[in-house]
Amino acid sequence: MDALLTLILEFAIPTVIVAAIFATIMIFLLPREVRTIFKRELKAYFTSPIAYVLFVVFLGISSTLSFFFMGVLESEEASLLQPYFQYLPWYLVLIAPAVGMRLWSEEQRLGTMELVLTMPLAPWHAILGKYLAAAVVLFGMLVLSFPIVWTINYLGDPDNGVIMAGFVATYFVALCFLAVTSVVSAMTKSQLVALLVSVAICMMLWLSGLPHISNFLDSINEGWWLLIYPFLKLANSLGAMPHFNELAKGVLSLRDIMFFVTFIFFCLFATSVVIRLKRA
Amino acid sequence: MIEVNDLHKHFGSKVAVDGVSFKVKKGEVLGFLGPNGAGKSTTMRMVTGYLPSTSGQILIDGVELEDNEVTAKSKIGYLPESAPLYSDMTVEGFLRFAAELRGIPNSGLTDAVNKAIETCFLEKVRHQSIETLSKGFRHRTCLAQSIIHDPEILILDEPTDGLDPNQKHEVRALIKRMGRDKAIIFSTHILEEVEAACTRAIIIDRGSVIADGTPDELKAKAQNAGAVLLRASGLAGTGIQQELEKLTEAKKVIVVESGDDYIEARVVPAKGKGNELSPAVFKLCKDKGLEIQELRVEQGRLDELFREITKSDSED
Repeated sequence: MDALLTLILEFAIPTVIVAAIFATIMIFLLPREVRTIFKRELKAYFTSPIAYVLFVVFLGISSTLSFFFMGVLESEEASLLQPYFQYLPWYLVLIAPAVGMRLWSEEQRLGTMELVLTMPLAPWHAILGKYLAAAVVLFGMLVLSFPIVWTINYLGDPDNGVIMAGFVATYFVALCFLAVTSVVSAMTKSQLVALLVSVAICMMLWLSGLPHISNFLDSINEGWWLLIYPFLKLANSLGAMPHFNELAKGVLSLRDIMFFVTFIFFCLFATSVVIRLKRA
Repeated sequence: MIEVNDLHKHFGSKVAVDGVSFKVKKGEVLGFLGPNGAGKSTTMRMVTGYLPSTSGQILIDGVELEDNEVTAKSKIGYLPESAPLYSDMTVEGFLRFAAELRGIPNSGLTDAVNKAIETCFLEKVRHQSIETLSKGFRHRTCLAQSIIHDPEILILDEPTDGLDPNQKHEVRALIKRMGRDKAIIFSTHILEEVEAACTRAIIIDRGSVIADGTPDELKAKAQNAGAVLLRASGLAGTGIQQELEKLTEAKKVIVVESGDDYIEARVVPAKGKGNELSPAVFKLCKDKGLEIQELRVEQGRLDELFREITKSDSED
């Protein structure tokens, strides 16, 4: 019973507050065009089997693997930090592109892009509306992984603040992957191509921040490596992992949050550029 | 309402539209004719603001499209070529979505959707998923979204494509009816459609306008316009042919059928002699004592003109 109460107080209520803030922004701050596109897109996720399949796959993979292979139950502090959150972004490398692959590919395949872009709205209305719908689907996935939090609370007395931070950090990474997928899906009418290319880019985005790579780059001081050093360093600095690690530890630094927000806005802007080039 | 000046569109080195200009006033229905790949759809896509033009000017109700896209687009209803739709929605849901994007206020949504459903005869499939619709219904659903906000300007890319003859007739009648108080452009391959619904037509070939006029004016340009079809008996066919060829009003005589004592032939008028040809033929028959079974002046046919002026393209 205590675990349930904790779950409600420390997770359910903040989640509802976040949802309420989102709804308020949606209704009062964003133009009606964004809302219309958002509503249609979100509904489309749930009128086709895609959202349900992804929910099951994500929850299935993330909880089973964490329980059975990563030793959530064996870890002494019953903290989710190490085993669970360290692996979540790896699943999201696959899941976020799977959620986002249809965003613009489907529009191009059906030809409805021509319909939407000849309506009296700015392209960013459509880009943002679609992106937010997919972001809500990802949010739903994370919310539905509450049983694992409940279990941990039932079995022990974890630091729920850190667990919350882990979810926030995971969500930011998921939003970055989704933004990458938005750009890629604008380039092709094939959802499969959009998925594969996005997974590859998200994987690189995630891996390029690996500590090994940063350490290796810092050790470079001679040879032809120096020629491509700036590019490697740039790729390394785009890596999402260090920012994720900081946030997941519960350290809410503006620098890390700005990294994610800037990255997402850049990708959404890139989506609009790709769409414009596609038409030219 | 619509004014297009010297519009160009290049895709890389390929020139898709090469200096197209035209105007459509309120109450006019402009038919777009041309072979496949002539630049009809590309022109329409530029006028609707989907494709940016390489150069040229598009004015929608006096508003320059390039500078004021959203305002210009709000005045246009557009049916794209393949009638694209979201297959996961119902007809009503889709129309409501289109109406919302068109900026119809919430209080007027239901009315607008109902009106469009009624106009396009969609009552039967109102709650049906678009995925399960037949081609005719899909087309009409897309047509319904283009008129949902009662636009002043309608641009329809092959609106009757894929419809059965009854549906074609209905859509043509609808276009004609709406054309009274809107400016409409529609493209088609079916020439009788132009005669049935258009007040004016232009023929586009290889990116340029090669003919522009009312359907009657265009027909008059056809080679056979004003030709006299004669079926007469009383003399050997070849004899009659020789007599006909002697007429100064005739340019040439095309024999359709000929026999020992009859001929059926089409007499093409010499330039500027269109009005004098049939009296001359009639007089000749009377003078030679021929029995006329049929004598009529042929209207030019749009498909003839179409073939004549776009022929070189298909021979490429």
